[in-house]
Amino acid sequence: MENKVKIIFDARSVNEGFARVAAAAFAASLDPTVEEIADIKTAVSEAVTNAIIHGYEGRGGRVYLEMTALGNLLTFTIRDRGRGIADIEKAMRPLYTSKPHLERSGMGFTVMESFMDSLAVSSAPGAGTRVTMTKRIHG
Amino acid sequence: MELTCKTTGRALVASLSGELDHHNAARVRGELESRFAAAGLQNLIFDLAELSFMDSSGLGILIGRFKTVSALGGEVRIAAPSEQAERLLRLAGIHKIIPIFPSLSEAAAGL
Repeated sequence: MENKVKIIFDARSVNEGFARVAAAAFAASLDPTVEEIADIKTAVSEAVTNAIIHGYEGRGGRVYLEMTALGNLLTFTIRDRGRGIADIEKAMRPLYTSKPHLERSGMGFTVMESFMDSLAVSSAPGAGTRVTMTKRIHG
Repeated sequence: MELTCKTTGRALVASLSGELDHHNAARVRGELESRFAAAGLQNLIFDLAELSFMDSSGLGILIGRFKTVSALGGEVRIAAPSEQAERLLRLAGIHKIIPIFPSLSEAAAGL
């Protein structure tokens, strides 16, 4: 049976910790390993941080976190209604950052892709960005 | 997120505890820069033994300090990262420019 949780929160950096802890708590029902929990927390933290820094550029807004569990498969969708990404392929290149002055490492999407089983990004300039990640829990 | 510093040999040991993310990265960066400058030392060791979480914002901090310290002729080392932090460091290739040691005593050897 599918289980779904939706959380809407302000695009403030203080909520990054809340979002990853919420994701970890949601995943806990599937009895994941410590490593699986760490993977989920890291990937969700990256996606939420991207929404705050790049989507809204620190100007505030709302971040939408949707979490679904179906069998042992977890799906996390992080969505913003910010400025969007003009060139997704470029944004996803390892070490690419549009904000080098902020000491961003440019590894956010690479981390999401590496720590989760799948990553899909859809975006359009002015319409926001949707990041969907899945993780199968082996426990 | 807490930062505590101490001196060992010619290195400043920056011990990070708690969770390092974008929310506290700017504060940690500022504190690190000022403490390293005030210490007047050549080398910097990141002691990550008590760091329970780090995302790519932490990578940015490490790379930034590596640039600063190496430009002054010093060396940066990382000690005792968690399994999660070490996977992140290796994914980003940080270990190729900043050596990683299993303990602080091993990281401090020779500095």
